[in-house]
Amino acid sequence: MVENDLNNHVVGIPPELKNQVAVTSLDKIYNWSRSNSLWPMMFGLACCAIEMICTAASRYDLSRFGMEVMRPSPRQSDVMIVSGTVTKKMIPQIVRLYNQMSEPKYVIAMGACASGGGPFKEGYNVVPGVDKYLPVDVYIAGCPPTPQGLLHGLITLQKKIEQESIPNTRWYMKDPVPAIPVPLLGPDLFDPRKADLIYEETHRPIEVVEGVEQKEGGQND
Amino acid sequence: MTDQISIPSEYTAVFDEFKEKIQLETRVNFFGIVVSADDLFKVLQFVRNQMQYDFLSSITTVDDFPEDKIEIIYHVYKSIGGPEIEIKVFTLREEPHVPSCVQLYPGAEFQEREIFDLYGVTFDNHPDLRRILMWEGFEGHPLRKDWKEPQFEEMVKPFKSRWPEGKGVLTESVNPYNDNVQYPEQFDPRGFEPETDLAIYNELQKVTSDKPNSINTDQLIVNFGPQHPSTHGVFRMVAALDGETIVDLKPVMGYLHRNHEKIGERNTYLQIMPYTDRLDYLSSMNNNFGYAITVERMMGIQPAIRAEYIRIMMAEFTRISSHIWSIGFLLNDLGAYFTPALYTMEERELILDIFEAVSGSRMMGNYFRFGGVVRDVNEIILKKAHDLVYNRIARKTDELDRYLTDNEIVRSRCEGIGVLTSDQAIAYSVTGPLLRSSGVPYDIRRADPYGIYDQLDFDVCTRQHGDVYDRYLIRLDEIRQSLRILKQVLKQIPDGPVMNGKVQYNTKVPAGEMYGRVEGPRGELGFYVVSDGKPNPKRYHVRAPSFINLTSLAAMCKGSKIADAVTILGSVDIVLGEVDR
Repeated sequence: MVENDLNNHVVGIPPELKNQVAVTSLDKIYNWSRSNSLWPMMFGLACCAIEMICTAASRYDLSRFGMEVMRPSPRQSDVMIVSGTVTKKMIPQIVRLYNQMSEPKYVIAMGACASGGGPFKEGYNVVPGVDKYLPVDVYIAGCPPTPQGLLHGLITLQKKIEQESIPNTRWYMKDPVPAIPVPLLGPDLFDPRKADLIYEETHRPIEVVEGVEQKEGGQND
Repeated sequence: MTDQISIPSEYTAVFDEFKEKIQLETRVNFFGIVVSADDLFKVLQFVRNQMQYDFLSSITTVDDFPEDKIEIIYHVYKSIGGPEIEIKVFTLREEPHVPSCVQLYPGAEFQEREIFDLYGVTFDNHPDLRRILMWEGFEGHPLRKDWKEPQFEEMVKPFKSRWPEGKGVLTESVNPYNDNVQYPEQFDPRGFEPETDLAIYNELQKVTSDKPNSINTDQLIVNFGPQHPSTHGVFRMVAALDGETIVDLKPVMGYLHRNHEKIGERNTYLQIMPYTDRLDYLSSMNNNFGYAITVERMMGIQPAIRAEYIRIMMAEFTRISSHIWSIGFLLNDLGAYFTPALYTMEERELILDIFEAVSGSRMMGNYFRFGGVVRDVNEIILKKAHDLVYNRIARKTDELDRYLTDNEIVRSRCEGIGVLTSDQAIAYSVTGPLLRSSGVPYDIRRADPYGIYDQLDFDVCTRQHGDVYDRYLIRLDEIRQSLRILKQVLKQIPDGPVMNGKVQYNTKVPAGEMYGRVEGPRGELGFYVVSDGKPNPKRYHVRAPSFINLTSLAAMCKGSKIADAVTILGSVDIVLGEVDR
């Protein structure tokens, strides 16, 4: 396995040194070691969290892929598995947790709710997909996804990590990676990034069309 | 006015006492008595103290928009079993207010707060009337009929936009903010300061320790969660500490409020079924059961007899899997990190295999229908179930018993912790293993039988001490009783169809109301459904056992150490999908 994953095939290795020496590039060994020791954050939101626990348990055994070290603290974890419905009341905390994770960090949207609202999409307290706020790397379908589904998602993330290259990664850029502004809980959840748009919509004059008062801006009583 | 209609026997005492002040409900298929808001407290006091209806099961509300009234409905029972008393109060939609009954029934505290939050009904003399599921400062009361959510399309599903017309439209794209939000006019987001949780902290600052203390100590407020490994999801507790001792504790919830009831009122009756799976996601089949029997009672239909057996089989398997899970995670909370949970999850996986075989999904079965279940169980599944019941689970229960029951650490951490006396438990409307471990033999399967539980032979388990240790033991007892039921079911299951009548997608439910309840693994799971003859319910309310059990959390935690609060919460065994709905 090591041989295939790591070896630079341009350089031939003498037969007697096979499986003992690998000639590789820095990118490759860096990605290889990172992708095989992903530490997920122990952070359950809803039903999907139960399946996440099952995935970590004996039958499906996440540790075969080097991901069994679940950390409750964001400072120690690499991948945030958003396992369940993201509500408006919870999203400020989720964004704050994401900001507290140290780079490199990844987000997996597990299940229909985290990916796009799922069955609860029309609810007034539901954020239709965590990707409205966080950059999601892998989406996993299912309600809830089976443990196999989650494993597949994590392996997909590993493959994604293996494509990365040190010169291009955002955490080695000169400027610091900007934190995501934490949304605020006002009359409804609002994203500080959209403050101007909200101001524009809420301060729009009421248009009178043929005597019927029509309100603009998605607002109703 | 009550001469023509015969008064049901359980209400005669109330009528003798209050005479003209109360009326019988006159609408067809509606039950109970109607009381004015001024007399409510006196009537409840009489019902509780003179008639021994000491158990308040649920308080819920119906918005009668466009009529100018809001109904508040109380379902009261005796803790020794028997029929209910249903009391209704009408109040106006503009500034509705009724007296609070927290003094009589402390278990009403969170339910009244929920009604205040979602309907805007003020409860006079409520000790702590704040929003509970939504945050402070949220605009409007979302369960009112004239309040429309940002992605509102139509009052009833199926929405026209969902019909296939070649291309779908992302619902957010219709919203001006490209999101699921709406703001009142003239709302200025620049420089906006959100309302914080200061109210909770200020309230806790006022509490002082009554412990005699020679040393001058400072009180400390500690916040657990919503992201905390031992809060079983996104639950939050704020505790005021004196040293390590908890002086007061406030649960904060709503972080998983998924608008179950609002979505339910848009859905058709059958469309609600998969949503009930996601209430208490560790016991989906039991939630299906509760909702199915409620709607069946409204429709006046009986499920097929083979389906009755299959239902009980699934419900009891659910109970076992849920209890076994909660025992494993109680040990997790005690600090035995994950190993006991791994032991218990082994058997749970095998039960999930059966669910997957019958319904196609491990957790979210969506298996029950009005009049039966959706698919038959075949011989292979029955054989698997047989093997589980007679071999694996029985052995696993004994194994847990052997490893844990006399374990010194388990005993010293659990015995005498989080005690709830039987009087307290009834007053706080606590149900399920919590109530029975406090010595009250109250089990809906016996007190108000549903399905074919009255034909089955099993005991209602009780324990006497009401501490964490007894709550662990009673879960083991109940697993054993569930196995006993399963053995009978597997032996007696008859052949035949699993659905009565033909499969209907658009269920016709006659106008009326119904409060149906089942004994879930966490307690009394009630569904209150009001129909006005339309394809969707007018009101759909869930009496969530773990939500109401949490009312007693502060009482159980006061005086114990901060580390025990985690254990006590583990023994209450909450599921956040149900607490917040």
